[in-house]
Amino acid sequence: MKSTRINNEFFSLKKCSLKQAIKMGLTPEEFELICKNLKRIPNVTETGIFSAMFSEHCSYKSTKKWLKKLPTQGIQVIQGPGENAGVIDIGGNDAIVFKIESHNHPSFIEPYQGAATGVGGILRDIFTMGARPIALMNVLRFGETINPLTKHLLNGVVAGIGGYGNCIGVPTVGGETYFHKSYNKNILVNAMAIGLAKKNKIFYSKATGIGNPVIYVGAKTGRDGIHGATMASAEFSNNTEEKKPTIQVGDPFTGKLLLESCLELMKTDIILSIQDMGAAGLTSSSVEMASKGNLGIFLNLDKIPVREKNMSSYEIMLSESQERMLMILKKGSENEAEKIFKKWDLDFSIIGKITNNKKILLEKNNKTVCDLPLKMLVDEAPEYNRDYKIKNCNNKIHSKDIYIKKTIKEILFKIMENVNFGSKRWIFEQYDSSVMGDTVVTDSESNSSIVKVHKSDKNNFSGKGIAISTDCNSRYVKNNPKMGAMLAVIEAARNICCSGAKPLAVTNNLNFGNPEKKEIMGQIVATIEGIKKSCEFLNTPVVSGNVSLYNETNGKSILPTPVIGMVGVIQDINKVIKKNAKNKNTILILGQDDQKDDGWLGSSLYQEILYSQCDGKVPEVNLKQEKIIIDFLTQIHANDLIIAAHDISDGGLLPSLMEMLFKNNLGMNINLPKKLMNLNRSNIYKLHGWCFGEDQARILIATNDPAKIITKANKNDIKVFDLGITNKKSMIKLGNYDGFSTKKCYNLYESALPKILLD
Amino acid sequence: MRTGIIVFPGSNCDRDIEVAIKKFSNKNPIRLWHKDTEIPNLDLVVIPGGFSFGDYLRCGAIAAKSPIINAIKNHYSRGSAILGVCNGFQILLETDLLSGSLINNQNLKFLCKNVSLITQSTIESPFTRGLRSGSIINVPIAHNEGNYYANDQLLKKLEDKGQIAFKYLDSENPNGSKNNIAGILSENGKVLGMMPHPERAINTYHSSQDGKFFFKSLFNHLLG
Repeated sequence: MKSTRINNEFFSLKKCSLKQAIKMGLTPEEFELICKNLKRIPNVTETGIFSAMFSEHCSYKSTKKWLKKLPTQGIQVIQGPGENAGVIDIGGNDAIVFKIESHNHPSFIEPYQGAATGVGGILRDIFTMGARPIALMNVLRFGETINPLTKHLLNGVVAGIGGYGNCIGVPTVGGETYFHKSYNKNILVNAMAIGLAKKNKIFYSKATGIGNPVIYVGAKTGRDGIHGATMASAEFSNNTEEKKPTIQVGDPFTGKLLLESCLELMKTDIILSIQDMGAAGLTSSSVEMASKGNLGIFLNLDKIPVREKNMSSYEIMLSESQERMLMILKKGSENEAEKIFKKWDLDFSIIGKITNNKKILLEKNNKTVCDLPLKMLVDEAPEYNRDYKIKNCNNKIHSKDIYIKKTIKEILFKIMENVNFGSKRWIFEQYDSSVMGDTVVTDSESNSSIVKVHKSDKNNFSGKGIAISTDCNSRYVKNNPKMGAMLAVIEAARNICCSGAKPLAVTNNLNFGNPEKKEIMGQIVATIEGIKKSCEFLNTPVVSGNVSLYNETNGKSILPTPVIGMVGVIQDINKVIKKNAKNKNTILILGQDDQKDDGWLGSSLYQEILYSQCDGKVPEVNLKQEKIIIDFLTQIHANDLIIAAHDISDGGLLPSLMEMLFKNNLGMNINLPKKLMNLNRSNIYKLHGWCFGEDQARILIATNDPAKIITKANKNDIKVFDLGITNKKSMIKLGNYDGFSTKKCYNLYESALPKILLD
Repeated sequence: MRTGIIVFPGSNCDRDIEVAIKKFSNKNPIRLWHKDTEIPNLDLVVIPGGFSFGDYLRCGAIAAKSPIINAIKNHYSRGSAILGVCNGFQILLETDLLSGSLINNQNLKFLCKNVSLITQSTIESPFTRGLRSGSIINVPIAHNEGNYYANDQLLKKLEDKGQIAFKYLDSENPNGSKNNIAGILSENGKVLGMMPHPERAINTYHSSQDGKFFFKSLFNHLLG
C-alpha cells in the first residue's frame, strides 16, 4: 500500500476494498469469507489485522495440519509448541528455554538489520518466558560464491548477528553456513537462542483476570517493519528494493535494557502474562494473549508510545518496531513495575485492559477503530489442505560411475579449500563467543557447542552443561525429503553425543519454497514425517519451531532446508569430548562395516564439489544402527576411554579425520582394509568411495586404549576399523597410493572463506 | 579489602568480573549504578566490559559523562586502584584517567579470539606487581574498537615511564594497536585499562586459565 494513504487515519477507517485487501496479502476468497462472517466490510485497519493474523507466518495455514503430527511430549517437556519458546527440564530446579526462528526475507533486503533483528527477536522469545539467554546459534544459507551479491550479504548478515549478540552480551557459540546457487536470491538466516530459567518461574502468554491492566514497555512504536509478517509470507520478484520499508530496525542497546528490566520485574510476582511484540507486532501479541486466555482485550491506541506524530491506527497495529513487550499485570501493581522500567530508561504505558467480551476492541481519538471477535482471527483462521507430491531420487550412484581420475590428495585438497567444508573462522571470530564466562566449547572445537549451567558448580565439581547442535544437509533433503530430514535429526544427535552429552529435545525451522506448488508441499509433508520418525525413535520431542515458506524468487525455490536445533545435557563439563586427537592416539571408526559400506557417493559433498551438482539416492538410514553407535560411544565415554571424537558426515571419512588432526598438527600412516590394498586403475574408484563416501552411522574416535574398545565393540556386535596411530610428523600416508602434509591441508582449510572474500 | 563494580546501561561483563572477583578474593564486590554520585571507601573499582549506552556517539563517551564519574575521580585521588576491562578501558580514556585512544580494529571487524599477552616491566603497580615481566598469559579478546592509538610523544612517554602493562605478541597483534599495546597504566600505576578479558580465562573449562595469574597477583597485593 502507498504510505501516503496508510499514514492517514481517515483512510485507516475507510471500508477496505478488495484490491487493498489483496495488496495486504489476503486472497479474494479469504477477504470474502471475512466479510461474510463479519456481516460487514472491515475497515483498512481491521483488514490489516486480519491479513497479519492470516499470514503464513502467524497462522501456519499451509503446515498446521502436518505440524500436528510431530512428537511433542516427553517427561523432559515442561512446555511444548504454542508458547514463545519450548521449555525442558534439565534436573534440579533448572529448565532450558529454547527456540529457532528465521529472518530470511528481511535479511535479503537489508542484511545487517535483517540479521540483527532476527537475533533480537529470538532473544525476546526466550526472556519473555523468564529465562536469561545463555547462548546463540545461527544457521545461514547464501548463494554461490561467484554471485557478487553473496559477499555483500555474507558481510552484512555476519556483522548484523554480531552487532546484536555481542552488544546484548549473549555468546554466539556455533552454527553452520552453507553456500548454494539456489539461495542466490533467497538467503536463509535462522537464529536459535537458549535460555536458563527456574522451573517454578516460567512465564506464559495466556491472559488472565478481567479488568487487569495491559502494559506496553520498551521502545517506542515507529513506522518500521510495517506488515513485515505479510512480506515474509510472499515470494520475491524483481522489486525487493521496494520492500525496504517493511524492514525492522534493531537496537541491541534497548534490547539489553529490556532484557534486564524484564528479568528484574520477573523476580516479583506481579506479571500475570507476557508476550513480546515480534512478527505482526501489537496485533499478534494482543490477539494471541487474549485468545489464549479465552478473554477479550481493549486497547487505547492514543496511549501507545510512538516515535512519530500522527501515526494511524493501521500503522500502530502493523508496525514491527523492535524491543517492545506487552504484559498483563496484577491490578494495583502498576507503580511498582513502572519504577523498574523508569530506572532502565524505558517507556512504560498502561494501554488498556483485559475484558470478558472475547473481542479485540481498539480506540483512537475517542473513536472505535477496530471491533473484531477474536475467534475469527484465531480459531477461524484459514487452514489449507494443500495438494502435495513427494518426489524422491532413487537413482543409486555407484562410486564406479562417479569417481574422477584425480589422486586422493588432489580431491582432498579441493574439499578442504571448498567454502562449504572449509573453516568458518572468518565468521565465528566476529561473534563474541566467550561473554558470560560460561562457554565451555564452541562447535569449532567440539561436535556441538557447550555452555555451563551458571552456578551449577560446587566445591570440586565444575558443573553441568547444555549441548547445542544445529544441522541440515539440504542435498539429502532435496533428493529424499523424508530420509534427509531423518538424517538431519540423527546428525544433530550424533554431534551432541560426540561431545559427551545426552540429546534431550529439538526445535526446528522449516525453510521451503512456495507451498502452493505440489512438489514443495510434498517436501514439507515428507520432511515432517522424517523429523517425526527420528525424534520419536530418539525420544527427542519437538518443543518449538518456526516455518518459513515462499523462499522463492521469480518462481525458483531454495533447496528444502529443514533446520534442526537440538539441545542436550552433559552432567559434568569436565567430561566434554573435543574434536582434536593427541599424539600417539589410536583412531578407530565405530560402525565401519567394510563388507557392507561401499563408499556412498550419491548426494555427497564429493559429488557436489567435483560435479557442481548433487543427485542420486541418499545414504541408507538405519535408525537402530545409529542408536547402537551413539549408545556405545556414550558407554565407552563413561569408562573414560575416549580422547576425542568426530562424527563422519559431510565429505566422508578422510576429510573428517583431517579435522581431528589439525589442531595438534598430527600425521598418520592410515591402515587400509584388505580389499583396498592392491587396487589398480580399473578399480581405484573403491578407494575414492572409502575416503569420501558418506555412509551413515559412523563415528571416529581417538583413544589410548583401542584393545579395550574393540573387545567391548565385539561384544555389542559393533564393527570397528582401526585406522592407525597418530604421530608428530604431520604427514598423512595412505598406503602406497598417496601422501600429503597435514599442515598444507590445514592451510587450505583455513583459506576457504578468506579466499572468496578477498577475490 | 573491598571492591565495587560500576554498572552502566549496556554493561555486559559485570557478572563475569563479579564471578572472578569472588573466586580470587573470597569477597563479594558491591555493585554501583551509573547514576550514583558517591562511592564508599573501596580498595578497587572495576569498570566492566560491554557496550555502555550502546557504544552510541563513541565507545565510552556517554558513560564518561555519567554522574558516577566524579565519584570515580575522587576514588582515584584517594590513591585507590581502578581497573577497566574492554569497554571499561574505553571509558577510562574518555574520562582522561588514562591517555590515548582506542579506534576501530584494523580490519574494521569485531574480533573474538584468544591472544598471548606479554607482561611488561612497569612502574610500581598493584596490577603487575605479582607478575613476572616477560611472562606470557593467554586470554580472550572480544572487541570492535581495541586498536590503541597514541602519538609518538605519548608512546615514548608510556614506554619510558613503564606505563605499558601488556603487549600483544608482535606476530599476532590482532587489531593494529600501536607498539602492540593491549593494556596501559596511569602515571601513578593505580589505574589499569586493558582490552583483553582476564575474567574469561579462570576456570578449568575455559580455553585458558591464565587470567588467574592476573587476579591472584592483584588480590594478593590488595589483600596484603
